[in-house]
Amino acid sequence: MNAPPLLDIRNLTVEFATRRGTVQAVKAIDISVGKGETVAIVGESGSGKSVTSYAVVRILDRAGRVADGSISFSGIDLVGASEAQMRDIRGREISMIFQNPRAALNPIRKVGRQIEDVLLQHVRATRATAREKAIEALEKVRIARPQERYDAYPFELSGGMCQRVVIALALACQPQLLIADEPTTGLDVTTQKAVMDLIVELTRERGMSTILITHDLGLAAAYCDRVVVMEKGRVVETAGAAEIFRHPQHPYTRKLMKATPRVGMSLHDLLPEGAPASGTAAASAPARAPGAGPLLLVENLVKEYPRPAQGSFLARLAGKAEKPAEPFRAVDGIGFSVERGETLGLVGESGCGKSTTSMMLNRLLDPTSGRILFDGEDIGAIPARRFAASPFRRRIQMVFQDPTDSLNPRFTAERAILDPILRMGAIRGGAALRARCEELAQLVGLPVELLDRFPHQLSGGQKARVGIARAIALDPDLVILDEPTAALDVSVQAVVLNLLDDLKQRLGMSYIFVSHDLNVVRLLCDRVIVMRSGQIVEQGSAEEVLGAPKAAYTKELLTAIPHPPA
Amino acid sequence: MLSLIGQRLKTTIPSVIGVIIVTFLLTRVLPGDTAAYFAGPAATPQAIAEIRSKLGLDQPLPVQFVSYVSALVKGDLGTSLTTGQAVTADLAQRLPASAELTLLGLLISMAIALPLGVLAAVRQGSWIDHLCRIVATAGVSLPVFFTGLLLVYVFYFILGWAPAPLGRLDAFLSEPPRVTGLLLVDSLVAGDGETFRAALSQILLPAVTLAIFSLAPITRMTRASMLAVLGADFVRTARASGLSSRKVIGTYAFRNAMLPVVTTLGMVFSFLLGANVLVEKVFAWPGVGSYAVEALLASDYAPIQGFVLTMAILYVALNLLIDILYGVIDPRVRMEG
Repeated sequence: MNAPPLLDIRNLTVEFATRRGTVQAVKAIDISVGKGETVAIVGESGSGKSVTSYAVVRILDRAGRVADGSISFSGIDLVGASEAQMRDIRGREISMIFQNPRAALNPIRKVGRQIEDVLLQHVRATRATAREKAIEALEKVRIARPQERYDAYPFELSGGMCQRVVIALALACQPQLLIADEPTTGLDVTTQKAVMDLIVELTRERGMSTILITHDLGLAAAYCDRVVVMEKGRVVETAGAAEIFRHPQHPYTRKLMKATPRVGMSLHDLLPEGAPASGTAAASAPARAPGAGPLLLVENLVKEYPRPAQGSFLARLAGKAEKPAEPFRAVDGIGFSVERGETLGLVGESGCGKSTTSMMLNRLLDPTSGRILFDGEDIGAIPARRFAASPFRRRIQMVFQDPTDSLNPRFTAERAILDPILRMGAIRGGAALRARCEELAQLVGLPVELLDRFPHQLSGGQKARVGIARAIALDPDLVILDEPTAALDVSVQAVVLNLLDDLKQRLGMSYIFVSHDLNVVRLLCDRVIVMRSGQIVEQGSAEEVLGAPKAAYTKELLTAIPHPPA
Repeated sequence: MLSLIGQRLKTTIPSVIGVIIVTFLLTRVLPGDTAAYFAGPAATPQAIAEIRSKLGLDQPLPVQFVSYVSALVKGDLGTSLTTGQAVTADLAQRLPASAELTLLGLLISMAIALPLGVLAAVRQGSWIDHLCRIVATAGVSLPVFFTGLLLVYVFYFILGWAPAPLGRLDAFLSEPPRVTGLLLVDSLVAGDGETFRAALSQILLPAVTLAIFSLAPITRMTRASMLAVLGADFVRTARASGLSSRKVIGTYAFRNAMLPVVTTLGMVFSFLLGANVLVEKVFAWPGVGSYAVEALLASDYAPIQGFVLTMAILYVALNLLIDILYGVIDPRVRMEG
């Protein structure tokens, strides 16, 4: 650390003007990044990690401003620099990669043209050479057939491919510093690994410095030299990646580390020290209606989607079009069972058919063929649009992925929780409904005084609790959980996972837990099914499948999880 | 692209059939008796009955409908009783006048509204944003006949800059050879500068009147749509990669923001085309709007039916054009063809 750092942030304070006065999003932080160094900024939502990076390249939105402190980048004062100077620095000296790569690209401009725009802006190419250089940039991020991809629009590319384009865009002008803001959030584990490996390789090759902004401590530790932990706008700890895992100093870092699911932990280990043990006085599962056999038995389940017909309209009109292609099989003949009181994990990457499967089991979607036996009855034979009227509806409920999007913004928490009861007409009368609602709120640990609030007045964790309370309102036998914690911070996820486990013990339900996070599945599930391209690759107990996988694909998934240094 | 057009055309067939039936029925339930109107106040009941049977109005409705449709298939919209001419000839004469006025009005409106909306969004909360709000509110709250009369009063009566508001062309000039029916275009085709200037000076005031009225929806839509796009992730990416603000706003934001604006433009255009009766009245403009209103007052069926049908077909054609434009702007739409 003798040479002056490439980026030196000192005493930086960023303020936002809001309706309720000025809010400090970043409070007097110091961060420095050396030449060729990779630094992670880790924190949960609202920690100010993204705002810090926006302040560095000065793309804060209108309401935000740097109130105090200095940012110097290889001797240039970025806070005081003119807009024209900043424009030359952005993209040429400092570039950014964002999360949600598809939205980060202009939807109606060819990706090649978007790379050209940057090259031309920074005079790295002339009109004559731009195309060639853009294709070269695509080649460098290992996009297959870059000549063709030049003419592709973002919607024609997969998420991982779009992220590669964004990386190509960011690295096109060979900047000295790359800021990657949650570059792999929302991507599958194997894609995440490929993208991260690519970023690290390309930046090392060029001797670039990198700032990786992430909420995932494991990812930070696996790929970075140094880790900066932020909480509520302050830097609470800065240390070497290996060091921070071995000896976390600050209580917040410890809490964050504890909450990150890892191999060899139990669910309760995720909670901070001194938290009440789950299932207090576990008046264990009230005996459910006894029934023979498994609760759910799925046999040879298939879902097909027709492919769009080929050929132009005129050709089709003339009857000259080719025959429509074979229908696409999203779910291709799978079979499994769920025992009473069991949690079954459904694992796979995007497009593997796990969501289609969960929609069919929940009877929101009709299967093409196969049987779904629930408590011995073939509920697959009841059409999805009439299932709401079936007595089975109340016995199968669902918790959805995004706690915000799955709540009606015009309903209070109470109305949302009571929604299934009102529709199924189990309880009548205002007082009785309110009593039941309060009982449910207590079950899921939602303070009763929050029941009159609207979703936008609740935090992410509280909204997740409302979603769970709604799902258990009718005492279902089976709850299908579709990535219920994917949108939550790790510490909130820890609490929600414990809550789910606790509820299962108390109410004796069965769960189907759909997730792409193998570490979470390992903690919560008794048995696991691994899916790929609509088929089951492997199934068995969680220990077997995730501890000693047999299928090559499961092994691949497991190795793709970032492993922090031990 | 062709298949997209083909598919859109197919979906318009039912709506055109619907329009034919509805206009026929609507004109029949209108109050007023055509035969009595044309026979004059002093006519005897026998004379009225005679006219009625001559017009075929004594036939049952289904029979009338069949004869209407079979004439329609041959391209015959019937004869106007007020002008004594074939409705097709009347419309062919008057539609270009309306189209020219509306098009020019819309062009003026776009030339002001699009930059104003974009600037208002880029400098949100500045004086230009407030100006945008004032212009839009004023434009939409002043009735067109009022702005029209005000313009005539100021520019013709007081300043004397504009010619008398009496139709499309000075009575002493002769129309250029008809090519498109749009005088501005035809005079240019004929290379007749004097006629062009005269036609322009006649059309300017009514076109501005229309433009003032249609400013509001276009400005507001442009501003809202620009604001949404400027907050999008890809604009952030463009900024973070150092693109100039001209590139970011012009190429990245504006083209994306145009999608909803194009839809609004189509709606405003078709609305103006049929609804600018008041402007046509104020400026003695021989357009279709005033033609239809006069026919309506006289219970003259044929022109009304012809007018509504023409408008419906124009509307369908316009929507098709917008769909094609959408496909040009947005590659995602092109895929669905």
